[in-house]
Amino acid sequence: MTSDIAAILAIDGIATGAVYALVAIGTVLIFTVTRVVFIPFGDIAAFTALTLAALDAKRFPPTGGLIVVLACLATLVEIISLARAGELRLLPRALLFYLVLPLAVVGIAWLAVRADPPLAVRLVLALMLITPISPLLDRIVFRPIADGTVLLLLIVSVALHFALVGLGLLFFGPEGVRTEPLTSLSLEIGGVLVSGQTMLIVIAALVFSGLLYLFFDFSLIGKALRATAVNRTGARLMGIRPERAGTVAYLLGSLMAGVSGILIAPVNTVFYDSGFLIGLKAFVGAIVGGMTSYPGAAIGAVGVGILESFASFQSSALKDVIVFSLLIPILVWRSLAALHSEEEIEE
Amino acid sequence: MTRLQIRLAVAAAVLSLAAAPYVLSPFSITLLNYIGIYSLVAIGLALLTGVGGIVSFGQAAFVGIAAYATAWASALNGYSPWLGLALAIILTCSVAAILGVVTLRLQGHFLSLSTVAWGLAIAFLFGNVDGLGHFNGISSIPPISIGSISLVDSSQIYFLIWGIVAASLFLGYNLLNSRVGRAMRALRGGNILVESLGINAFKIKLLTFVIAAFLASLSGWLYAHMSRFISPGPFDAGMGIEYLMMTMVGGAGSLLGGVVGATIVTLLKNSVQDYLPLIAKGASGQLEIVAFSSLFILFLQWARQGIVPFAAQYLPKPVRERPLPAPPLPRRQQPTPGETLLKAQGVERRFGGLVAVNNVSFEVRSGEILGVIGPNGAGKSTIFNCLTGALRVNGGDIFFSGRRITHDAQSRIAKAGIARTFQHVKLRPRMTLLDNVMLGTYCRTKTGLFAGAFGLDRREEASAQHEALQQLERVGLGEKPFEIAGNLPLGNQRILEIARALAADPALLVLDEPAAGLRRQEKLRLADLLRSLRADHLTILLVEHDMEFVMSLVDRIVVLDFGSKLCEGGPAAIRSDARVQEAYLGGVA
Repeated sequence: MTSDIAAILAIDGIATGAVYALVAIGTVLIFTVTRVVFIPFGDIAAFTALTLAALDAKRFPPTGGLIVVLACLATLVEIISLARAGELRLLPRALLFYLVLPLAVVGIAWLAVRADPPLAVRLVLALMLITPISPLLDRIVFRPIADGTVLLLLIVSVALHFALVGLGLLFFGPEGVRTEPLTSLSLEIGGVLVSGQTMLIVIAALVFSGLLYLFFDFSLIGKALRATAVNRTGARLMGIRPERAGTVAYLLGSLMAGVSGILIAPVNTVFYDSGFLIGLKAFVGAIVGGMTSYPGAAIGAVGVGILESFASFQSSALKDVIVFSLLIPILVWRSLAALHSEEEIEE
Repeated sequence: MTRLQIRLAVAAAVLSLAAAPYVLSPFSITLLNYIGIYSLVAIGLALLTGVGGIVSFGQAAFVGIAAYATAWASALNGYSPWLGLALAIILTCSVAAILGVVTLRLQGHFLSLSTVAWGLAIAFLFGNVDGLGHFNGISSIPPISIGSISLVDSSQIYFLIWGIVAASLFLGYNLLNSRVGRAMRALRGGNILVESLGINAFKIKLLTFVIAAFLASLSGWLYAHMSRFISPGPFDAGMGIEYLMMTMVGGAGSLLGGVVGATIVTLLKNSVQDYLPLIAKGASGQLEIVAFSSLFILFLQWARQGIVPFAAQYLPKPVRERPLPAPPLPRRQQPTPGETLLKAQGVERRFGGLVAVNNVSFEVRSGEILGVIGPNGAGKSTIFNCLTGALRVNGGDIFFSGRRITHDAQSRIAKAGIARTFQHVKLRPRMTLLDNVMLGTYCRTKTGLFAGAFGLDRREEASAQHEALQQLERVGLGEKPFEIAGNLPLGNQRILEIARALAADPALLVLDEPAAGLRRQEKLRLADLLRSLRADHLTILLVEHDMEFVMSLVDRIVVLDFGSKLCEGGPAAIRSDARVQEAYLGGVA
């Protein structure tokens, strides 16, 4: 391997890693606020790419149908739980959040598609269509078992991923998509040609991580989220609703996953089931950060990207074997580094 | 339910299973074969996840290793399937042992995540390693033959499959009711508890992990020779989740739950495939996975405990007879009264910048009761944890019976003769009082894995039961030995911990706030019990807040304050010590 090839592989790896990093940050965000290891973020990223591709082809994205189905389900679940708690007076609010708002998003997108919007609007539309999905899933799937163990939530999350892959095929079909590049610029840095798309990925990852940092440190909602992450009961006593913090976390996380989906779509062909590996590799990155640290997750995800890039140069068939095998020593290291607290398994 | 009724139920189940091939259609038999094959994995997973508390997403990989091993041996190299079986078991169990050694020390969800990682890595290998048929798989795998009979037909291999399932259940239940099985059932209580009983927690975890992999390897072997063709698909991550699903649907704590779960999940999948096209015309196969995943999520939302534990609530409770007298277990030679039994020398323990125990030295003499007192945060529990090996010391030395135990593992210290109770009660709430106390006898008994599984441990088991019952009677809990420990009030749970500690026949009993949560009468009875133990030459070290209790009971007192030893002496001297009064009351009036 010459240094040229190494440089190309490294740049490639950093770009892939930056995409994973966005998803990884979302994973850490959800985990700290709700204790859910949200595997389906990869699917969200893949669905964004598929949504954007549909918009590019001047079709109304099937995501709209998915949102309508989920919104109806979530509203139903919410109404039942309100009725059981004898709080039907909260019904108008529930209808607004779980039915009207998501349907409004779908409606706007439906109208906008007819006007043949420019690329920038299409990007916004794709992100708009993708963000309601996870909060709705949270309401339907995770809220009823919010008190469960981390493991129960993890198992449910994996099951949800499989359901989403199935839904993905139903709604988007089996064809893979590759969207047009966002930019055709390219630059030569230190003798290596770097495409504008690669730079865009890295810049977007940096900007969004930076924005998230500002959000957490300087906004009240961000601080509420951090408080919920540290101690749910304590946050509740301070008037923060963990459920609402969870919804905000899911919205933010979906946004990150959506951005990563948009960034990866021009580079790799995305299928309805491409999300699993994106999600898992982001997850590996998040674990490197101990599932609690955002910079740690980002660095870990970039590391996974670089590793994958070099591994696929050595043996493209075994690159996934290499990536996942390396997770084990990382886990051992993380577990040794973690505080040795005695953890009893709830029964 | 009496023992006879249980036996009749088992006999009926066995008979109906044996009659099935003569009654049911070939399709149903094939379905039953799959159920049996999946059951084996689910039984192993019930043992690993439900009993041992180790959640594994990767069992499908073990099934795959075994299936590929036997396919490689029999289809590609022409050896007998029985040689394939040997290779499958050896290879699977070795891989499991290596993975276990690396990952089983991981904590909490790190461990489950690692199973996702190796499960995926191994699954990717099947399709990518040369010589294993890549994604086309391996075909024309020969059937298993027993003597001259070749098990080609699905109703023939049926008997082999369900014979193995029945044997696994039988051996599994025997094992769970034996010495090693009790240790497995204790694993969920956490390492500190398990090690304090003299059990090497890591060893038991590894054993459980390898047993689960062994069952998975049997399943893989049967699968390969039944379907006669294998490809990477049935061993991927999705199948790993499905096995976990079966276990949880059946009820993770129960081995029978594995079979029930495998049955329900397989039948459900089958009927989803059959009926879904009727409901949604023209639906693709993908709707199946959506329906199936949704059903599973609904199940976990509404019935987390699983079907077998749910149904067991409505069955009559098994009637159990009180253990009969049996030859006693061997007893320890108690040290001569008055000699130094335990010696702490300049013990120091830091948590980051906080020095919780600072240069503390004291001695415990054989046959005495020594009390350790001090205001909140004085470091009493910390020094107890250091003495019993639950915490590492940062400096100083600890000697027990003249031997240096400063750096010994917790289980080794327990074996040497220190038994303890905990400030925050650590019992197995779902186990009976008798089983909880029998955990204490672990170090005094010898039955191994195989002797336990094959039921060769009856004599020793009877002795251990008798010993446990005697200890229960000694502390006053002997009336209902088959009560569930979690049903006891907190005070009695502390007493139960003492009985468990006594069952280990210790030389030194270390009690962390034994009287907390007891009423006055109960405290008086506890004090009487401790006095009678002292009369039996047992040495006792205790932390306690109730001054009346301590002063009336102990021979000597060590006072700790802010991590350092303030003073030591007899109760009267301590009571009049100005430094002690200052520490407790904030200055002499």
